[in-house]
Amino acid sequence: MTAADSASPIDLLRTMRLIREAELRLAQLFADGEVPGFIHLSVGQEGVAAGVCAALGPTDTLASNHRGHGHALAKGLDLERFFLEIMGKAEGMCKGRGGSMHVADAAVGMLGANGIVGAGLPIAVGSALAHQVKRNGAVAAVFFGDGALAEGVMHESFNLASIWRLPVLFVCENNGWSEFSPTSRQLAADPCALALSHRIEARSIDGNDAMAVHDVTRTLVAEIRNGGGPRFLECRTTRVRGHFEGDPQKYRDAADAARSDDDPIGRLERRLAAEGLPAAEIKAAERDAVARVDAAVARARAGTAPAFGDALRDVYANTEVRP
Amino acid sequence: MSEVRFGQAINRALADAMAADDSVVVFGEDIAAPGGPFGVTRGLLDRFGPDRVRDTPISEAAIVGAAVGAAMSGLKPVVEIMFMDFVTLSMDALVNQAAKARFMFGGQYALPMVVRLPHGGGINAGPQHSQCLEAWLAHVPGLKVVCPATVADAYALTRAAIADPDPVIVVENKSLYAVKGELPEPPPSASIGKADVARPGRDATIATYGAMRAVALDAAGLLAKDGIEAEVIDLRSLQPWDEAAVLASLARTHRLVIVHEAVEAFGVGAEIAARMADIGFDELDGPIVRVGAPFMPVPFAKELEAHYRPDASRIVEAVRRTLA
Ligand SMILES: Cc1ncc(C[n+]2csc(CCOP(=O)(O)OP(=O)(O)O)c2C)c(N)n1
Ligand SMILES: [Mg+2]
Repeated sequence: MTAADSASPIDLLRTMRLIREAELRLAQLFADGEVPGFIHLSVGQEGVAAGVCAALGPTDTLASNHRGHGHALAKGLDLERFFLEIMGKAEGMCKGRGGSMHVADAAVGMLGANGIVGAGLPIAVGSALAHQVKRNGAVAAVFFGDGALAEGVMHESFNLASIWRLPVLFVCENNGWSEFSPTSRQLAADPCALALSHRIEARSIDGNDAMAVHDVTRTLVAEIRNGGGPRFLECRTTRVRGHFEGDPQKYRDAADAARSDDDPIGRLERRLAAEGLPAAEIKAAERDAVARVDAAVARARAGTAPAFGDALRDVYANTEVRP
Repeated sequence: MSEVRFGQAINRALADAMAADDSVVVFGEDIAAPGGPFGVTRGLLDRFGPDRVRDTPISEAAIVGAAVGAAMSGLKPVVEIMFMDFVTLSMDALVNQAAKARFMFGGQYALPMVVRLPHGGGINAGPQHSQCLEAWLAHVPGLKVVCPATVADAYALTRAAIADPDPVIVVENKSLYAVKGELPEPPPSASIGKADVARPGRDATIATYGAMRAVALDAAGLLAKDGIEAEVIDLRSLQPWDEAAVLASLARTHRLVIVHEAVEAFGVGAEIAARMADIGFDELDGPIVRVGAPFMPVPFAKELEAHYRPDASRIVEAVRRTLA
């Protein structure tokens, strides 16, 4: 285990604070009309992104889903270019072509958020295949929701990963909801049983305990790196906000959404306080996040509109497209 | 120069590409140990080993999805979908992932991947094992689509597809696999997007690709007996397609027929006709006529399938219509 893939509780708190602050700011920018399209926030789920990604190294690869802001930031995506992208600017990660659902960064092995439920699974499997063929010791990870377990490609991906013993970590963020429907009406199977039936070792944990997520992920990643084949991790967590910003959530009762004792940030802060970390240091994690997000948003607002001609040039590497 | 079969030329292209570049890997259903349903990948496992040549489960979505992830992570995967008909099960990976990754990630990722898709009828394989669906894929920005018609192109276009930094679909007509032809030594190269004049002529242009090249040449032979010299253009690449070559031919002949085995409606021919009606309007001395399959599923019985696929007589008729 190298330093790059193990984190202290305060590291995890900082990451979670950054994700929380970035997303709450996105919510505001969206409400104010500064973020076009639609966005899915992971408020309440930050413990999973922070805990898992802190167990990955810079050459490990990561595929994600539509609720991918936290995954991307935890993997190390540049915060300014993240905001620039989601606000549709030329200087964004993806030059304003993708937006919230497609944040990606080749420099940190982030293979992209994804607008298609379940699509990240075979992409991570293929990335793991590359690691295996190149014998580079890297691991591929993928985040997906409970909803993706109902997609057929999940089975194909589990099966292929298991048959080829690929170095891939499947992380299911089970927040109890697929869009507007509870998991109980969407999925007949138990998530871990699905993995186990493909002979993939599986663990189910409290995803709102960031340190537990991190510790378990470190173990699983070490097993994968040692040639143990794929692993599956179910993180039970809470989607605090709507499916997307602006979702009135008429299908959901208020108590379900507002289980504040579940908040991964509050929990870790209470733990750190109990362990004697000075309140000022705990507060500093929040203050630093706010300052970083302030600066990133200011930079993003100063970004420029993408040029259509530049977009046309990236349909292919070397083949021109008629305007 | 040696005489080889079309399928062997693809095999040679795969082997040469794998020998030249360690990042080229090949996977698909029954392509490794069994050597492929049509024998195209025979011998690759023995030569390059089980790491780079792999049999997959019957998982068309994961095969192409994994190719996307592998290409984003430094490999050059060449995957086979056993029959083009089964690409329906891979469509998300092709259309939403492979085709868009370069663009939607702002050029950060290249996707050097190849999907080989055997298409076409002529072997009485019935409605779900005979279709020509290349127009679907040519419709998607970000994908390239090539369709070799000759042994030399089977080699050259396969190599060009593997060398290309973008996802390329190689459409291989099943009825061509056993056809023999010359493969020059050293084997030729090709650039994607360039058409060939398969037979020069001054009276009418027949633009076609894949298995219909030979049928169009037969038709041109028949027409020549009546003193009509048809020029046959083998498109070779459908996306991008060689607009300049077709326009140049039209400027010589002033008549245009487009021939493909795929269903005529909303097909490759429709795109070529629309473009030529636009940029070639001043050159046209007759209607642009398409010859393709009727708007029905590919039928099984010998008599039905034979009637279904375009033949030389239909092409002759079409050329005569443009000259009428
Ligand atoms: C293939 C596909 N089907 C449907 C959708 C619409 N959709 C977007 S997110 C979502 C729910 C996904 O639920 P889950 O995977 O549990 O993730 P969560 O939103 O709970 O994080 C749906 C149905 C989609 N984007 N892609
Ligand atoms: Mg969910």
